[in-house]
Amino acid sequence: MRILVTVKFVPDLQSQRSFTDGSVTRTGDDGTMNELDENAVEAALQLKEAAGEGEVYALTVGGDDAVAAVRKALQLGVDHAVHVSDAAIAGSDVFGTAKVIAAAVEKIDEEAPLDLVITGMAALDGLTSMLPTALAAELDWSQLTLASGLTVDGTTATVVRHLPDAHETVSASLPAVVSVTDEANKPRYPNFKLIMAARSKPVTTWSLADVGIAPEAVGAGAARTVVVDASPRPPKEDRTVVTDTGEGGVALADYLLGKGLA
Amino acid sequence: MTTVAVLVEAREGTVTQPTFEALTLARTLGTPVAVWIGDAPADAEAARLGVHGAEEVRVVAVGDDARLPAKAAAALADATGDADVVLMISTFVNKEIATRLALATGAGVVVDAAGAELVDGHVETLQTVFAATWNVRTRIATDKAIVGIRPNTTQATPAETPGAATVVEVADNLPETRETIVALEPVPAPEGVPLAEAPVVVSGGRGTNGDYTLVKELAEVLGGAVGASRDATDEGWISHEHMVGQTGTTVTPALYVACGISGAVHHRGGMQASGTIVAVNIDPDAPIFEISDFGVVGDLGDVIPQAIARIKEVRGA
Repeated sequence: MRILVTVKFVPDLQSQRSFTDGSVTRTGDDGTMNELDENAVEAALQLKEAAGEGEVYALTVGGDDAVAAVRKALQLGVDHAVHVSDAAIAGSDVFGTAKVIAAAVEKIDEEAPLDLVITGMAALDGLTSMLPTALAAELDWSQLTLASGLTVDGTTATVVRHLPDAHETVSASLPAVVSVTDEANKPRYPNFKLIMAARSKPVTTWSLADVGIAPEAVGAGAARTVVVDASPRPPKEDRTVVTDTGEGGVALADYLLGKGLA
Repeated sequence: MTTVAVLVEAREGTVTQPTFEALTLARTLGTPVAVWIGDAPADAEAARLGVHGAEEVRVVAVGDDARLPAKAAAALADATGDADVVLMISTFVNKEIATRLALATGAGVVVDAAGAELVDGHVETLQTVFAATWNVRTRIATDKAIVGIRPNTTQATPAETPGAATVVEVADNLPETRETIVALEPVPAPEGVPLAEAPVVVSGGRGTNGDYTLVKELAEVLGGAVGASRDATDEGWISHEHMVGQTGTTVTPALYVACGISGAVHHRGGMQASGTIVAVNIDPDAPIFEISDFGVVGDLGDVIPQAIARIKEVRGA
C-alpha cells in the first residue's frame, strides 16, 4: 500500500491570525501542520499498518517555513517527506495549488504507483474544503471525499459520507483521492522515539521545474480570484457580563426582550 | 444582461429558505434563473421560485446518481452554459460541485460568501474568516463566476415583479464516473427549522452534562434550532447533525445562545459571525464571554428556567 498524505502549513488557531498583502500570514513562529491533516496522516498509517507493508509520503506546498508541516508528519510516523517550494507558487488559488500537488503526486507515482492520496477535510485557515475535489479532478483519479470511514479491499476503496440529508456509502477503484473528516479516527500523538527519528529523516525539496510546472501556470497571475481587501473586524463593544446572584435569568430574559429577540 | 443561475436546494420536494435568499441576492446581480437537479418540481414549488424572481426553472431530471459531485457538476454545467454567475448555498457538497464546475468552465469560485455584488463588471464577494475576526473582499477575475453563499446572510424577499418561472427541461447527459453509491441511508429531516437556516440557535455544551431538556425548552420558546458543541456530540449526548463548529455546521443566526459552552476556537469558527451572541456559563473565564454581547456567569439549571419563566411572564402580560 503506497499512500501520499497532503499536509498544509497554517497559522496556529490560538495565534493572532492575519492577512498580509491579500494572503494569509504564515510564519514559522505561529505556524503548524493543519490540525485536520492529523486525521489524514492517521488514516494513512492505519491502512499501512493493517496491510502490514507499504510506504506513506507526506507532501506540503509552501514557503521555507512550510517544511514544519512535513516534519510534524514525520514525527507522527510517515516514511518520506516532500516539500514543494518555489517563489512562483505564492498567491496561487486552489486550482494552482492542486496543479502543483498533482504534478508532485504524478512524479512519485512514476517511481512506483501510489494507491491513495489522503487529505484532511479542510484547512483551518481558509476552510474552503475545495482542494481534495480539485486534486481528484486534476489527477483524474476517483474522488472519495468527506469520509468519516474508509476501508480498502483489494483495488477498491469505500467511504462513508455523513451528509445532512443522508449517509452515503461510496465505492471507487484505486487510485483515489480521499478526504477524511475529524470523525474518521483519533489521531495518535508523536512519541519520543518517533520525534528523535524524525530529526534525522531527510526532506526532499522540489521546485516547480522539478515537478514540470511552468511558473506562469500557477501563482497570483494565474489565480481566478484576488483578495482586494482584508481587514480585522472591530471587536464587539457594549459587552455585558453579569454574575448570577439569583436574578441572572431575569437579566438574560430582559436583555433579549429589550433587543426584540425574545 | 447578466444571467444568474441559482442551484435550488429542496428537501423532500420543498424548496428551502436559503434558496429564496440566493434568488433575492441573484436579483441584485442580474436576471435569476433557477436550476433544479432531481425529480421535476411540483407546480407550486416552481411558482414559489417565480415569486422570488426566477424567470426560468431549468430542470435536470436525474435521480440519486446526481448526488455524486462529478455528476451534479456535469448536470449543472449543462444547465448553466449561458450563465455569467452561478450561485449556490455553501454546503460541503456544493463546495465540491462548485470546484468541479469551475474546472469544467474556467470560472473563478468563492465559497462561504456572506454577500456578493457587481463591481466594474466583476463579481466581488464578502467573507468573514479566522472565526469571523476578519472581513475579506474577493474579486472574481474571470468572466464567469461561481459563488457559494452562506444561509442567513441575505433577507429573502419576493420580487417586485415575479419571474415567469417557465419550466425548461435540460437533457441529462451525465458522464460515467469512477465513483458508485453503493448504499444510501436517509437521515430524518430535523424537527423545525434546520440548524444552518435557523434565525435563532440555542446550543448546549459540556455544561449541560448531557441533559438537553433546558436547551430544547429555551430553543422552543425563542423559536430556534438546537445546536451543540463538539464535546457534546463526541460524548454522544446529541447527534453529529447538531454540531456547530468549523467542521460541523456553520451558523449565522440573528441570535445565538451558548449554554454551558466554553467557546473553544473550533466552536467559535462555526458561530462567531452570528448577530447577537448570548452566553451562560459557570466559568467566568470561559472564552465564550469574550465574544458575547451579553453573558451570565451562573448555573444553567438556575439561569435558563428563570429566563424562560420571565419571557413567558412578559409575553403573557
